[in-house]
Amino acid sequence: MLLKCVLRDLQEEEEEEAGKNLLQVHLNGLLQTDDRIALKEITRQLHLENVVGDKVFGSFAENLSFLLEALKKGDRSSSRPVLFVLDEFDLFAAHKNQTLLYNLLDVSQSAQAPVAVVGVTCRLDVLELLEKRVKSRFSHRQIHLLSDPTFAEYLGRVRTRLGLPDHFPDGRFAADWNASVETLCEDKSVEEVLRRHFNSSKDFRSLHVLLMLCLSRVSVAKPSIRPADLLEASRLCFADAKANMLHGLSILELCLIIAMKHLNDVYEGEPFNLQMVHNEFKKFLQRKSNSMYNFDPPVILKAFEHLQQLEMIRPVDSSSAKTQREYQLMRLMLDHSQIMEALQKYPQCPTEVKQWAMSAFG
Amino acid sequence: MHVLLKELELPHATVGCVECLSVAVLFEQVLLSFFGCDAASLLPRSPSLSDFVRVYRQQRSQCPSKQTRYIVMEKAELLRDADANLLPALLRLQELVEDNVTVVLLSEIVWDKFRPNTGCFEPLLLHFPDYSKGELQQVLSRDKHPSYSAEFYSSYINILLGVFFSVCRDLRELRHLAALNFPKFCEPLAEGKVKETDAHKLWRNIEPHLKKAMRTVYLREVSSLQWEQMQQTEERDTAAVRGLSAHTHVELPYYSKFLLIAAYLASYNPARTDKRFFLKHHGKIRKTNFLKKNEKTSNHLLGPKPFPLDRLLAIFYSVVDSRVAPTASIFSQISSLVTLQLLTQVSHADQLDAPKYKCAVSMDFICAISRCVCTCFLIHGSRRENRIVQVNGPFTSFLLKENVFFL
Repeated sequence: MLLKCVLRDLQEEEEEEAGKNLLQVHLNGLLQTDDRIALKEITRQLHLENVVGDKVFGSFAENLSFLLEALKKGDRSSSRPVLFVLDEFDLFAAHKNQTLLYNLLDVSQSAQAPVAVVGVTCRLDVLELLEKRVKSRFSHRQIHLLSDPTFAEYLGRVRTRLGLPDHFPDGRFAADWNASVETLCEDKSVEEVLRRHFNSSKDFRSLHVLLMLCLSRVSVAKPSIRPADLLEASRLCFADAKANMLHGLSILELCLIIAMKHLNDVYEGEPFNLQMVHNEFKKFLQRKSNSMYNFDPPVILKAFEHLQQLEMIRPVDSSSAKTQREYQLMRLMLDHSQIMEALQKYPQCPTEVKQWAMSAFG
Repeated sequence: MHVLLKELELPHATVGCVECLSVAVLFEQVLLSFFGCDAASLLPRSPSLSDFVRVYRQQRSQCPSKQTRYIVMEKAELLRDADANLLPALLRLQELVEDNVTVVLLSEIVWDKFRPNTGCFEPLLLHFPDYSKGELQQVLSRDKHPSYSAEFYSSYINILLGVFFSVCRDLRELRHLAALNFPKFCEPLAEGKVKETDAHKLWRNIEPHLKKAMRTVYLREVSSLQWEQMQQTEERDTAAVRGLSAHTHVELPYYSKFLLIAAYLASYNPARTDKRFFLKHHGKIRKTNFLKKNEKTSNHLLGPKPFPLDRLLAIFYSVVDSRVAPTASIFSQISSLVTLQLLTQVSHADQLDAPKYKCAVSMDFICAISRCVCTCFLIHGSRRENRIVQVNGPFTSFLLKENVFFL
């Protein structure tokens, strides 16, 4: 986005010369996953002669040689400059032999048609990914766009983001809104919440998500943000998704998870299979002499498979053909604390199940 | 989701990821829903994501959108198995096509498992909380039958939830079960034996039926059609339900049953104990600590162990009650047991001289089989070993310690 703004500014400023003449080619690593596709895209965007409508004719080698010739024939004074913008630059480095990168950087280094290549990426170690010959042709100019705000700047950003701009149509509403935003930012609980977010991640996107969740609660009836909204939004952001899923399990499935937790405690994380879990569950039933949970083995198998479908448990190895379903070894993907936390929130959890979970020896 | 989008009349494209065997199907559906079939036909034969974005951009410039367009993807966890660039690209689609489009991913699996290794644009996560018992009751009661009152139906739903709620919370399954079993519930009403308000009698009528349903239809042992037919023709006492599982109705030849029992013994008893159980004069057993460390967990929990063919035959000859010659028919029965998947062949297919097998059935199946066989077996399941004692015929004096239960 930054680049786009810069290019737009550049085009507006230097109207006579470079702005109009500049040819731009935009490539994205996510879309152009292969050198062939990338080359086709370049020829399309440059409107070279082997493009008719949308189709690009010729094989990869032909296209490449054609493109290189076209770029090499010009010189600094008379031909139009070409700017290549490569988004997700690190993905281009994963192409075979890095041909495209090599050729582009080669052309930009040699003193022929003025070509500039700008790569945009979020990886700091992208230079390690380049081959030696490609790296040597790179001019090693890097611009780091890392932001490192202090907490005061962070708060300032919240204010600017939430405040309405001056040219908002309804002036009075804008004034009221901005005033309410000011009072919000001075609230102590709000500051605490924002500090918590700041401590976990300073970047702007997560702040954006938080603010968006707050704003979604604004309605015609309630045209301002209250501290409670921010607290609620923060709770949603930090909520554990797996604990939420555990909330929706049936009692049988919950009992199975508790049995697995006990097995994990006793055997220190070794994988288990359905028979072991069933055995553990039966031990619990014998102690409680409660006939409510006496289910047939196939019903227990179905509950077990449902847990597998939700990816709460995962097979240790993926060879499911060799062993029977009941004996396939699995691992539990949940943490001890997640299970205990979910149990506290589980609606109408029977007391004996809770006590079983808390007991130390299954 | 559908209802919401239709009611608000928002331009949307719904894609079920289960149907998208290749990404081309996905692209075509999206273009079709937004721009019509001409746009979809502009895609080349095996389109890449690049082609899709290009065509989308063109179409967008021809018909710009006045509202946000929505792409809804169901079962989005299957996108993880597609190309590695598909999921991150979809998350950034708004940026890539420069259009006001929103991608909505629906899934039962938590987002943490979706995230690709190198990170991606984080979506906004919305959690749909599960239904509580009260809410489920409300939702299910909406499907009421026109000729019965609403309270009647909701009392039926109450009973149904009482039986099934601790096992299953899925709305679709519960709805299916409710629809299947309602005729049976209304049966005494139709026959005039009870009135609508007579809750206790209705409950007594339906409860065993629901319990049976849990063992069969819920597990998909019988199809729903079979279940409905059964309800119409069944007598008071339950006839045997012909389910999908093998043990309710498979009939094996006489020697195959013995072979299977021998295979079960071979799988679950360690080889050292064979001499003790199956020879008449086994001599003294040294009381050493002969259980190795890794056999402490019962064999029942770990699963069957492989055994060679010779061991199977040795146990077979000692278990079967008459003299059997090792003819080809015995061996062919072993092969047919493998085909029926009651035994699994563990060794490689080209090792012909020493094949190894594993027993693939459970204790219940073996008990069911040995009931049909005219010998009676005492199966003694101790914590560590599994001893079978043959009682009829020549009485063998095996020492029986601990608890023994009769078949």
